[in-house]
Amino acid sequence: MKDAKVIELEEVAIRFSGDSGDGMQLTGTLFSDASALFGNDISTFPDYPSEIRAPQGTVGGVSGFQVQFGKKQVNTPGDYAHVLIAMNPAAVKANATFMNPGGTIIFDADSFTQKNLDKANFKTDDPFTECNLVDYAKIAVPITSMTRESLKDYGLDNKSVLRSKNMFALGLVCWMFGRPLDYIEGYIKKKFAKKPLVVETNLKVLHDGYNYGMNMQHMTPRYMVHAAAIERGIYRNINGNQATAWGFLAAAEKSGLNLFQGSYPITPATDILSALAERKDLGVKTFQAEDEIAGICTAIGAAFAGDLAITTTSGPGLALKAEALGLSVMTELPLVVVNVQRGGPSTGLPTKTEQSDLLQTLYGRNGESPVVVIAASTPSDCFYYAFLAAKIAVERMVPVVLLTDGFLGNGSEPWRVPSMDELPEIKPRIAKNKDTYKPYKRDEETLAREWAIPGMDGFQHRVGGLEKNIDGAVSHDPENHQRLTEQRAEKVERVADMLPQLDVCGDESGDLLVVSWGGTYGHTLSAVRELKEEGKSVSLAHFNFIKPLPKNTEEVFSRFKKIVVCELNMGQFSAYLRDKLPGFTYNQVNKVKGLPFTVLELKQNFNKLLED
Amino acid sequence: MTDFNYTAKNFKSENEVRWCPGCGDYAIMNSVQRTMAEMNIPHEKFAVISGIGCSSRFPYYMSTFGFHTIHGRATAIASGVKTANPDLNVWVITGDGDSLAIGGNHFIHLVRRNIDVNLVLFNNKIYGLTKGQYSPTSARGVVTKTSPFGTVEDPFVPGQLVLGASGNFFARAVDSNVKHTQQVLKEAAQHAGTSVVEVLQNCVIFNDGIHEEIADPKFRNERQLFLEHGKPMVFGNEKDKGLVFDKGRLKVVKIGEDGYTLDDILVHDAKTSDPTLHLALINMALPDFPVAMGVIRSVEALVYDQEVTRQINEVQATRKISKVDELLRSGNTWEVNEPTSSDPVPFFKKRCTLAQE
Repeated sequence: MKDAKVIELEEVAIRFSGDSGDGMQLTGTLFSDASALFGNDISTFPDYPSEIRAPQGTVGGVSGFQVQFGKKQVNTPGDYAHVLIAMNPAAVKANATFMNPGGTIIFDADSFTQKNLDKANFKTDDPFTECNLVDYAKIAVPITSMTRESLKDYGLDNKSVLRSKNMFALGLVCWMFGRPLDYIEGYIKKKFAKKPLVVETNLKVLHDGYNYGMNMQHMTPRYMVHAAAIERGIYRNINGNQATAWGFLAAAEKSGLNLFQGSYPITPATDILSALAERKDLGVKTFQAEDEIAGICTAIGAAFAGDLAITTTSGPGLALKAEALGLSVMTELPLVVVNVQRGGPSTGLPTKTEQSDLLQTLYGRNGESPVVVIAASTPSDCFYYAFLAAKIAVERMVPVVLLTDGFLGNGSEPWRVPSMDELPEIKPRIAKNKDTYKPYKRDEETLAREWAIPGMDGFQHRVGGLEKNIDGAVSHDPENHQRLTEQRAEKVERVADMLPQLDVCGDESGDLLVVSWGGTYGHTLSAVRELKEEGKSVSLAHFNFIKPLPKNTEEVFSRFKKIVVCELNMGQFSAYLRDKLPGFTYNQVNKVKGLPFTVLELKQNFNKLLED
Repeated sequence: MTDFNYTAKNFKSENEVRWCPGCGDYAIMNSVQRTMAEMNIPHEKFAVISGIGCSSRFPYYMSTFGFHTIHGRATAIASGVKTANPDLNVWVITGDGDSLAIGGNHFIHLVRRNIDVNLVLFNNKIYGLTKGQYSPTSARGVVTKTSPFGTVEDPFVPGQLVLGASGNFFARAVDSNVKHTQQVLKEAAQHAGTSVVEVLQNCVIFNDGIHEEIADPKFRNERQLFLEHGKPMVFGNEKDKGLVFDKGRLKVVKIGEDGYTLDDILVHDAKTSDPTLHLALINMALPDFPVAMGVIRSVEALVYDQEVTRQINEVQATRKISKVDELLRSGNTWEVNEPTSSDPVPFFKKRCTLAQE
């Protein structure tokens, strides 16, 4: 090692960016996995266009993948990148505003041609100045020509050569951050096991990229990020959609029920369907329905038939499922609906994150139609909230909506995998006594009815969308309808008995309570942590349980001088809180840009409230 | 095999039946109950699923497990029931509005998948429960409350949809002909895969007599062709008329005239997978042709719910992962066990650590 500049950091964010065909998602994922294996805590955020292959070289076609890793707990993928890998001028343009001041930009010098500058709509031939990126370390690397040189003896066509560019960039970045290549090598060998030439060429380019960094170290800074001190155990990298899918598998095993999923593909929820479709070994039945309505209806049918039944979707799909969700409210069959939220309304921003389906979830049905609403807060805890959603559904005979979002669903982090013993029991309310069974007879404590499943002799009964009396016969009796409406609502409220209390992060009382829910947790937590380190009196109350609210919510709120509700919508949770707990003033921080909060903007907002 | 000795009565519920007096639904329910009684399947294995409409009140009048769902979705819900538990004997009760208008998509996909349910389609060519609007099977020009000047659209022919969706079983019957309906339902129940039975049903209030030209017992022999697999396609009071295939089309001929003998008459083959002749039979309409009744198509094919089970069994036979604990630890994992590492805390016992930092 001659004179490489070594920068030691607590945490560092890298953004890989290029054309949507440049393989940036794979590059980012491989680098993240290698970092996790190295022992860093990580958090990732893929940011890609909704077009599968938007026109090459344009800003609209830029696909990005950001990963932050560090030696302590990493809660967000980072507001701004320390290092940007830009495969073309459009990537520079698309990411200019996401750069940390003084950061490093590594770019493929070969792609900065007049043609590509034009495609990205640059007016001058100096894209960096045009993007206000003057004070940044810019490292021009001839990635394309180096890759071509690297592969010149293999006789590959131009297209195949260009496809390997990302491996060169990956090798270079691995050198910069001191990541061993063995994991990535193993991945490539396994993935292309049947194509030895692809394995050989990819490995060649990867190593050449790594060696390029080593040889040119006078110009390339090197970063050191030490391993994180975390819980001991077995770890894996997991994204939110996979964690959600696996949480249901765990719930099925715990409850002794078969898992049935009825779903229609929709971005960004589809990966849950593919993750469970893979698990025939565990007996899962996945039903790719003809539409969203059939997705939920087949699930309701499976619930009637005695399965742990789920349906997964995103905003527009939840709108289509509304009527059927009401049917599961009325029939009091257990069902879990997952809504991986995305930007709306209508088709909106399918690949971008938002939290704007909260009110739809709470209220978007005809009639008095209460459902349990819970929300996951990190990619890996989707596992536990999916598990819990299933537990609530089958123990309380009630539909549960689990809200996640595109940021959680696609984002990944290392996760200490639990053993099944760590998870609580699940006891479905299967009917036992046929002599006393009545379809709508309720448990006194929970108000849950019993689950009698076709095939159980002596329990024959009818359910349906019409209001029923206790025997399951249609009833238009006014008193009966009033009573059952109240019971269905009260049954949902009593779910609070099985939920943990609201946890306050930070001091138990103080000047400002930051309130957030769902996928914004990492960002609000980071902002609160940083302000606390600055000596400010700020705490965080993060909600995973929306309906019912934790029982101590009001009591927690009363201990703070000010409350600010932060959410990626125009104020839906704050509106709900004003309705449920009207005695407080709720300040708001809202954002609908299809992007997560930045820690910086949250801190600025909180500081302003603290000063007022 | 146990003999349960059920009668139709074993399938009647205690609920008061509230269809209009004279409604064709009574006769159809009678036929279904008799069919179920004869199937020698334990009572608790039956599940009757319906959508919305007059006919869809059906499950309440049955003593089996029942599910009165929402408009158009009975087919989707039944798909879930049968896929989840292929041991159940699943029946779908639906109407022309429920399954061909609001539920059209689910209907064709049920048929396409070939899930083993028995679907009874009550076709009265009208919306009864909403009091008399035209339906997707109403004839062009029909005057109803929502078509005061007559409709300007052509109807669906249910059998065409079934064939168009690669259906394998289609039959037709008349509500009042209980004996024949029962015979058809029995074959439908025995068929593995989706079986669609269209029952021409009379709505006594809003569309009385809509099928009379076909269904009236007076004309039955002349205007209905009762198909049976392997039997010649003959009809008429004297059994003297039959169908032949002539220049690519069906043609009605009189046996003994123009040189036609019984040997020239087409023999019904319900089991051939070629749908050409089945479609021609489905399309036959008065006055040029009799209306085809009975099992028009009954073809063996792969059944969705059985295939789902088979696939799971196949994968499980050589599985490497049989428990969630194994799954969680499969693939790329690594162990953290440093001197600086802390003891793991189960997730549901975790508290925020910010206060201690």
